[in-house]
Amino acid sequence: MPYIQYLQIPELNRRLLKVWLRNKDVFMKNVKLNFLPPFLEPILYLLAMGFGLGTFVDNIDGVSYAQFIAPALIAVSIMYASFFECTYGSYVRMYYQKTFDAIVATPLIIDDVIAGELFWGATRSTINALVMTPVILIFGLIDFKYAILIIPFAFLGGLLFACIGMCFTAITPNIMALNYPALLFITPMFLFSGTFFPLDVLPETLQYFALAFLPLTHIVRVIRTLAYGSLEPFIIVDVLWILIASVIFFILSMNLMKKRLII
Amino acid sequence: MVPINLIIKADNLVKRYNNLTAVDNISFYVKEGEMFGFLGPNGAGKTTTMKMIQCVSPKTSGKLEVFGMDVSTHQREIKKYMGVVPQENNLDPDFTVYENLRNYSRYFDISMEEAEKRIEELLNFVQLIDKKNSTTEYLSGGMKRRLVLARALLNNPRLIVLDEPTVGLDPQARHLIWEKLRALKKKGVTIVLTTHYLDEAEKLCDRLVVMDYGKIIVEGEPSQIIKDHIGTGVVEVDNYPELVECLQKSDSIYEVMGDIIVIYTNDPVHITNQLSMECSLDKMTTRKATLEDVFLKLTGRKLRD
Repeated sequence: MPYIQYLQIPELNRRLLKVWLRNKDVFMKNVKLNFLPPFLEPILYLLAMGFGLGTFVDNIDGVSYAQFIAPALIAVSIMYASFFECTYGSYVRMYYQKTFDAIVATPLIIDDVIAGELFWGATRSTINALVMTPVILIFGLIDFKYAILIIPFAFLGGLLFACIGMCFTAITPNIMALNYPALLFITPMFLFSGTFFPLDVLPETLQYFALAFLPLTHIVRVIRTLAYGSLEPFIIVDVLWILIASVIFFILSMNLMKKRLII
Repeated sequence: MVPINLIIKADNLVKRYNNLTAVDNISFYVKEGEMFGFLGPNGAGKTTTMKMIQCVSPKTSGKLEVFGMDVSTHQREIKKYMGVVPQENNLDPDFTVYENLRNYSRYFDISMEEAEKRIEELLNFVQLIDKKNSTTEYLSGGMKRRLVLARALLNNPRLIVLDEPTVGLDPQARHLIWEKLRALKKKGVTIVLTTHYLDEAEKLCDRLVVMDYGKIIVEGEPSQIIKDHIGTGVVEVDNYPELVECLQKSDSIYEVMGDIIVIYTNDPVHITNQLSMECSLDKMTTRKATLEDVFLKLTGRKLRD
């Protein structure tokens, strides 16, 4: 079975933290610029869509349109942050800057590098959630009760998209080709995961498709529940889905990257 | 039995990529404190061999030990005591000179205070202390190379592996790198390098190998290799058909290389006399035999790219 090689359990060594630290140090060099998008974007979206477009929309499930999309904005930001960090960001470090080569000339091995990159991607998502949640809280669009849980959940959701992104990085022939998953996978997800309208207006088959294959759907459902201040039991299924998918894509991305880089 | 003072030992080392054999069954050793060179045309297998020594490219078969440890099972331990200067500079463009070194020292578990001390020392050593807070993007080629060298020394390595350390540098920068390498050798550091500059190899290396098509074609001390393959001197003359005829009659060893003929000899005076008397030739150049003569003799003049 040639496919079995992609399912080998990767080595997790504490040294991956050093790769994480390296990326954090670079991030902190431009910290102001890096904090601006997660701060500004929800404000712009809420003004334009929530309060602009939203005036033409009736309540959805008993909440205003702004309240409906606010949690989705956090979910989308979680997806974008880690997906783009571990596609374009990782690709630049791997291919153009040769950062990975520099790191593996030390006691670190490629497993440490990729795992460090993945956890850093998840951290970027967490940072975005950390900035956005209070901003949206100030608008009064999130219930305070479980809002804090959005932050740790952002790490898990971010990790999933980091791993998915890293799989594409591992197989892309060049940086331009990363536009394909961005356009064909991320953009449809941005629109059809129960983000800007409830899933149940879609045909039933499409609803099942979204639940089965669009990871963002589950992230939106969890964050929306938390934001509404109600801890519905169904989110256990969503969290489990995300957990299992994260483990699968983590293992897959590590092996695919090793296949690409160890020659 | 591997003697204690062997830093690298390779036996029947092979590296194959799909159907290309990049390294074809080579054996060599590097002694502690030695400066050892890998020479060869492009695609000869030098870089691949370096990468196997650095534990980043797994070998296909054969044996390769660094510090007496197997490269396929002891990567982390080996790399802890090794410094690497890669062919392409891979400094972090986001970081300053100082930050590059500080970040890199973390990978070796060097404590913060110790790192500060070593960074200061190393920046003095490679004469970059004035550039401590410059972004690496704005450094000249020579400065970048020196910074990469400093970075390779952060962990006080027992072995430094350099892949074309002086490529693209001006003479001043090259000489500075050589000076630093000799200083390191004096301190007992083992140095392995690849180079296309044969004068560099001749000046620096205690021993070297010439590789071609994945195989080692010659091994030894530079001066001995020259003596064995060329002799002490070389006489160069313009290429005329009558001259070739005349040379064929004598028993001299020569090679036609385009518009010149190169004659290898241990007695240049004898050859020049012979040429001017028997072949009635008056225009010739006599010079010392170099490693470049050996290289071209063994690997031919055909372009490899």
